[in-house]
Amino acid sequence: MNRARLIWRKSLNAIMLSLTGVAALAVVSILFLILGYLIYNGGKSLNWAFFTQLPKPVGETGGGMANAIVGSLKLLLLAALIGLPIGLMAGIYLAEFGGKVFGFVVRYTTDLLNGVPSIVIGIFAYSLAVLPVKHFSALAGGLALGVMVIPITMRSTEEFLRAIPGSLREGAMALGASKWRTIATVVLPAASGGIITGMLLSLARVAGETAPLLFTAFGNSSWSPGWSQPISSLPVMIYNYAISPYDDWHRQAWAAGLILLGLVLVANLGCRLVLSRTGAGRSA
Amino acid sequence: MATATTIDHAAPPQAGPRAFIARLRHGDEIAHVITLVFAAAILLITSMLIYELWVNSLLSRTKFGWHFLWTSVWDPVFDNFGSLPFIYGTLVTAVVSLLIAVPLGLAAAIFLADLAPRKFSDPISFLIDLLAAVPSVIYGLLGIFVVVPLMRTVIGPVLKSTLGFLPIFQGPNYGVGFLTAGIVLAIMVVPFIISVSREVLLTVPREQREAALALGATRWEATWQVVVPWARTGILGSVFLALARALGETMAVTMVIGNDPKISASLLAPGYTIAAVIANEFSEATGNLYLSALIELGLVLFLMTFILNGLARILIVATERGGGRPS
Amino acid sequence: MASAAHGSDATAARLAPQVKTMEKKPPIPEKEVLVRFEISDLNVFYGPKQAVFGLNLKIPKNRVTALIGPSGCGKSTFLRTLNRMNDTIRHSRVVGNILLDGQDILKMDVVGLRRRVGMVFQRPNPFPKSIYDNVAYGLRINGYTGRLGDLVEHSLKRAALWEEVKDSLHKSAFALSGGQQQRLCIARALAVDPEVLLLDEPCSALDPVTTAKIEELMFTLKDSCTMAIVTHNMQQAARASDFTAFMLDGKLIEHNETSKLFTTPSDHRTEAYITGRFG
Repeated sequence: MNRARLIWRKSLNAIMLSLTGVAALAVVSILFLILGYLIYNGGKSLNWAFFTQLPKPVGETGGGMANAIVGSLKLLLLAALIGLPIGLMAGIYLAEFGGKVFGFVVRYTTDLLNGVPSIVIGIFAYSLAVLPVKHFSALAGGLALGVMVIPITMRSTEEFLRAIPGSLREGAMALGASKWRTIATVVLPAASGGIITGMLLSLARVAGETAPLLFTAFGNSSWSPGWSQPISSLPVMIYNYAISPYDDWHRQAWAAGLILLGLVLVANLGCRLVLSRTGAGRSA
Repeated sequence: MATATTIDHAAPPQAGPRAFIARLRHGDEIAHVITLVFAAAILLITSMLIYELWVNSLLSRTKFGWHFLWTSVWDPVFDNFGSLPFIYGTLVTAVVSLLIAVPLGLAAAIFLADLAPRKFSDPISFLIDLLAAVPSVIYGLLGIFVVVPLMRTVIGPVLKSTLGFLPIFQGPNYGVGFLTAGIVLAIMVVPFIISVSREVLLTVPREQREAALALGATRWEATWQVVVPWARTGILGSVFLALARALGETMAVTMVIGNDPKISASLLAPGYTIAAVIANEFSEATGNLYLSALIELGLVLFLMTFILNGLARILIVATERGGGRPS
Repeated sequence: MASAAHGSDATAARLAPQVKTMEKKPPIPEKEVLVRFEISDLNVFYGPKQAVFGLNLKIPKNRVTALIGPSGCGKSTFLRTLNRMNDTIRHSRVVGNILLDGQDILKMDVVGLRRRVGMVFQRPNPFPKSIYDNVAYGLRINGYTGRLGDLVEHSLKRAALWEEVKDSLHKSAFALSGGQQQRLCIARALAVDPEVLLLDEPCSALDPVTTAKIEELMFTLKDSCTMAIVTHNMQQAARASDFTAFMLDGKLIEHNETSKLFTTPSDHRTEAYITGRFG
C-alpha cells in the first residue's frame, strides 16, 4: 500500500516538474517566436528606402518611414526633457529629504500615475495641449510620453540612491560636507550608473507607446518642423499600416516593427547588463 | 565666547561668520526646497489628470447620469451613448486572458523560483523580463497576422467541433473577437505574472521548504503544499496587477477584437473594449457630447484600474510583511 | 585594604609586559599639558533613551586619549558628539557643554567644526573615486584652490601610504586592501589639517600587522594633532595612548594617564574591566 502511494507521489513530482518546466519554456519561446517572425517578415522588407524616404500616398507602393523615425526621436527628446528632471529630482527628494507623510503621499501618487492606462494619459495630454489650441502637435505627444516617464524614473532613482550605504555619506559629512554637497559630490556620482540606466529604460519603454500618441501627436505623412504640428512616429505608423488593406503597407509595418523592437530590446539588454555588472563591482 | 550655562544643541548656531553659516544653511535648505517642488509637481500632475477627466466628461455625465454604465447603445449620429458593451468587452477579454495566463504564468513562476536550478532559472527569468518590454503594438502586429489566421483556420474550428454545444463557442468565426483578444492579452500579461509571482515566491523563508523536505516530502509537495500557500496573497496580488494591465491594454486588443460594440455570449464573436473604442474614435469624434462620452469612458477605465492596482499593492505588501496567514 | 593592595599587585603582574613598554615613554610634565576639549555635564539622548550621563572630561592637546569600556557603554556615542555626527541621527539630543579651545561646539557652525575635528570610522569607507580624488575631496569642498597635488602627497605621507600608492593615484580606492583603505581614510581626514582626529575603533576590521602600522602612525601624528580613539582592545589602549578614560553604562568611571590607570586603577570597576573579569 505504502509502496504504491510512494510511486504515485514520485511520479506526480516528476510530472509537475516537467509541466512547470514546459510552461516556462513555452513562455520563453514566445519571445523567440516574436523575434523570428519579425526578423523573417521585417528583414526582407528592410531597405535603404525605408530609412530615407517619406511614405508614399495611399495605393502607391514603395516609400519609407524616414519621418516616422525622426518623429519618434523628437518625441523621445521631448519626453526626456519633461519627464527626466521631474523624476530625478523627486527621486532625490524621496531618498534624501523625504518627510514621512509627504514622502508616502508622493510615492503612492507616483504608483498611481504608473498604473494609469496609457490611453488615459493620452486623454490628459489631449485636454491640456490639444483642446485649447484645436490642433494636434508634437508637443502634446511629448507631454503624454513625458508624464509616463516620470514614475519609472522616480522609482529607479530613489532605489539606487537608497542603495548607497550610510557609511559613505558619513565619511563625507565628517569631512565637513553639507548635506546637499554630500548628495551632489558623493551619493549621486556613486549611484549614477543605476540612475542613468533607469532613465534609459524608461525612455525605451515609452518609445514603443502608441495609444497616447493617437490623438496628441496624431501623425503626419511628411516632415514636421517645429513642435506645434502633428508628427509621425514609428509605433503609430506600424498600427496604421497593419490595419490597412494594403500588402505593401503590411510589409513596411513588419519592417518598422523589427526596427522598433530591435531598438527597445537592445536598450533593455544593454541597460540590464550594465546594471548587473555595476552591482557586482560594488564591493567593500 | 565660552558660556557657563547648560544649553540645548537645538538652539540656532551663533558663532562663526554669519554669512558663511547662512550660505551653508541656505544650500541645504535650497536643495530641500527644489527637490520638494519637483516631488510636488507629481502630485499636481496627477490631480490635474483626475480633474481634466472629471471636467471634460461633465457633459456626458450630466446627460446620461448613472445610466451610462448600463446602457448598450452607442450611437454617434443621434448622440446617444452607453458604456455597457465596452465594459463587458473589457471585462470579458481580461477574464479570458487571466484564465489562460494565470495557470501558465504561475506554473512557470513556480518552476523558476523553486524547482529549477539557479543557472537555468536566472537566464530564463531574464529573457521573460525582456518579453515584458515588448511594445504593445508589436503584439498587435503578431496578433493580426499570426493569431487571427490561426484562430480562423485552426483554433476556432477545433473548438467548435469539440465544444461547439457551449454557447461561448457558437456563432460565426471570423478570426477576430473576444477569444483572440484574450489570447493576445494573455501573452502580454504572462511575463508580469511570472516576474511578480517569482519575486514573491523567493521571499518565502527557506526554512519553510526545508522543514517540509526534512519530513520526507517530494520537491513538488514541498513547493505546492508549503511554499505556494505561504505566498498566496502575493500571488493573488500579481494576478490583480496583471488584471489591471489587461484592462488598460489598448493597441494589441484594438487590432484583434473586431471593433463591434455588441454584447454577445460567444467568445468567437467580435466585440469592443473601452480602450479600443477610445483609440479608434477619439480623433474623429465630432460634437462635444461624443467627445465627452469617450472621456467619460476613460474616467471609468481609470477608476477600474485605480481600484485594482490599489488592491494589488495591499496584497503584495501583505505577503512581504506577514507571509502566509493574513493577520 | 589588604585586598585592595592584593588586587593592584595582581593587576600590576598581569599588565607587566605592557607596563615595561610604557615606562620607556617620558613622563608628561603637569604644566605642559594644555586642554583641547573641555566637556562638562554632557548628556546624550537617543529619543527617550539616555546614552551618556553627566560626563565631565578634559581631552589634552597633542596627546592620544583612549576611550575604553564594554559594548554599549556609550563611548562611541560620546566620540561622535565631539564632531556632532550624532546630529545626523533623528531624535538625538545633546545637552551640556563641549568647549573646543574655549568655543562651544554646540553653538558653532557644524560644517566648520567638522573641518577642525576629523573622524576615521570603524569600517574603511573610501568614496568610489580614485585614491587622489578621495584625499582631495575634503580640500575641494572647503574651497581650497592651491596646489592640490602637493597636499595630497603630504597627507598620504602622513598616513604612511604614499610609497605604496604614489604610482597609482588614479586607480579606484577599492583596488586597495582593507588596511590600505583605512590608511587612505586617515589620509583623507588629515588632508584638511584637522586640529583633532577622532578614531572610532579604526583597527577592529584589520589584521595585527596593519594595526601595528596604524598605531605607529598615531604616535608620529600626535605632535600636530590631538587624537581620541575608541577601542575594544585594551592592549592597544595601553600601547598607543597617553591618557585613558574608562566608561561604563554611559558614565565616565575613571580618567587618568594610561600608565597609572592600567597599573593602579582607582575604581574597582576599572580594575575588573581591565583584568578581563567582564566586558
